[in-house]
Amino acid sequence: MIVSKQKNREEMAALLEGLDSLFLVGCSACATVCKSGGEEEVFRMEEWLTTLGKRVTGSVIIDSPCNVNRTARDLRDHRVQVEEADAVMVLACGAGVHSVVLKSGRRVIGALDTLFLGNTLRNGQFAEKCSLCGTCLLNETGGICPVTLCAKGLLNGPCGGMEDGKCEVDRELDCAWHLIYENLKKQGRQDIFTRTVPAKDWRKKQPPGELKVK
Amino acid sequence: MSRLSEQLALGRFVVTAEIAPPKGVGLDVILEQAAALKGVTAVNVTDNQGANMRTSPVAVAAVLARAGCEPVLQLTCRDRNRMALQSELLGASLLGIENLLLLSGDHPSFGDHPQSRPVFDLDSIHLLKVVKGLNGGFDMAGKPLSRAPFFFPGAAAVPEGEPFELMFHKFRKKVLAGARFFQTQAIFDTAKLARFMDAAAPLGVPVLAGVLLLKSARMCRFLNANIPGVRVPQTIIERLEKAADPTEEGVAIAGELVRFARTCCQGVHLMTLGQEKRIPEILANSPKQC
Repeated sequence: MIVSKQKNREEMAALLEGLDSLFLVGCSACATVCKSGGEEEVFRMEEWLTTLGKRVTGSVIIDSPCNVNRTARDLRDHRVQVEEADAVMVLACGAGVHSVVLKSGRRVIGALDTLFLGNTLRNGQFAEKCSLCGTCLLNETGGICPVTLCAKGLLNGPCGGMEDGKCEVDRELDCAWHLIYENLKKQGRQDIFTRTVPAKDWRKKQPPGELKVK
Repeated sequence: MSRLSEQLALGRFVVTAEIAPPKGVGLDVILEQAAALKGVTAVNVTDNQGANMRTSPVAVAAVLARAGCEPVLQLTCRDRNRMALQSELLGASLLGIENLLLLSGDHPSFGDHPQSRPVFDLDSIHLLKVVKGLNGGFDMAGKPLSRAPFFFPGAAAVPEGEPFELMFHKFRKKVLAGARFFQTQAIFDTAKLARFMDAAAPLGVPVLAGVLLLKSARMCRFLNANIPGVRVPQTIIERLEKAADPTEEGVAIAGELVRFARTCCQGVHLMTLGQEKRIPEILANSPKQC
């Protein structure tokens, strides 16, 4: 799940200056779960825009606006309303914004900040456990990612700031290396503790990523 | 060969101290501090310590070296990627710097630029290996250097770190990665230091125990809240609170720790935070009976 949240209203109001009419795009996938760009939020946004004196020409909730072709199809279905608006406001992650930029040919206003790839812990609560680094170590770390959960992304054990198994950055947080250590110990495994992990090849993480599956 | 490496090789009890580069470009303060540290073997120059932006430690270390004060250049992975670290190291060698203390670095969230993007392209283990490679004439990419530097690389240890086993695992990894000496985070608990040294001694790498000069109970509370890896125990805070002259009590506490370190460590690293003139008292064998 791509976790996102709405920009604050003040920032949004500044983005909307000089625009009289907008077409709204929401997302029925991640942004719906994050309560940042589902049907409910698009409706509320429409209400708010009206209070600002803006006209909303129409809206559509796309099933995953990160899908470029589906976005193209749905925007085509609303062509008149899209073209009538001064800009298209997108309540979806950055990938969704980009699909709309590619396929609408219009000025696009992104209404959300895209935060991270998250696990849903419970309704409305998300946590980042993987940072998409491209060279996965999880098989050796008892499934706990030091690149993501260690504040410094250290690959060879805890830093000197670890205190009673807690992180120096936030004493409420567990040190990732302590979690890894405890988890492996429970399973009677040594795994990553038996070797020095070499420096990471960050080429795998360098944007823009691209993948073609045959 | 640096004086630090020589004295450690000879088995002398070594004393190092530290200087924080200024936030600015005045040399006078640095040279004044250096002059006050004439008696110690080497002086660490901290690298944006506590993630607070200061003048480059390479520049300050070079100034110290020129003033006849042997520096230990601290270098962290927080602010530089692998290219910058290697380039900085070669530059340091060019300026006559040999001793290094290689660190991961405090997280930027502690410092005065919390918005900055932390680098951590390498960790302290990687950096130790990089220095081993540079000493051998090759960079991290395996490319030969026109002339190899000569470094004496050290690393940090946290004798009071818990869980012990996990902390010690990292320590051992640093030894394997090429650490030739250690300077520890400030220690306060002599039993914990003894436990650490019992485990560390068989590895045969000299350890300089970190001794921090405390000035007041208030300072202890600040350190506990703001400095990663420093934990002043309540008993010491109470001693300072009850003392008629907390500064004198701080010197006495540091003296006791140094005296203990003489029994199990190869030296001490004194962190006096501007009170360099108190060093002779701290080093005197028994500054005050406790």
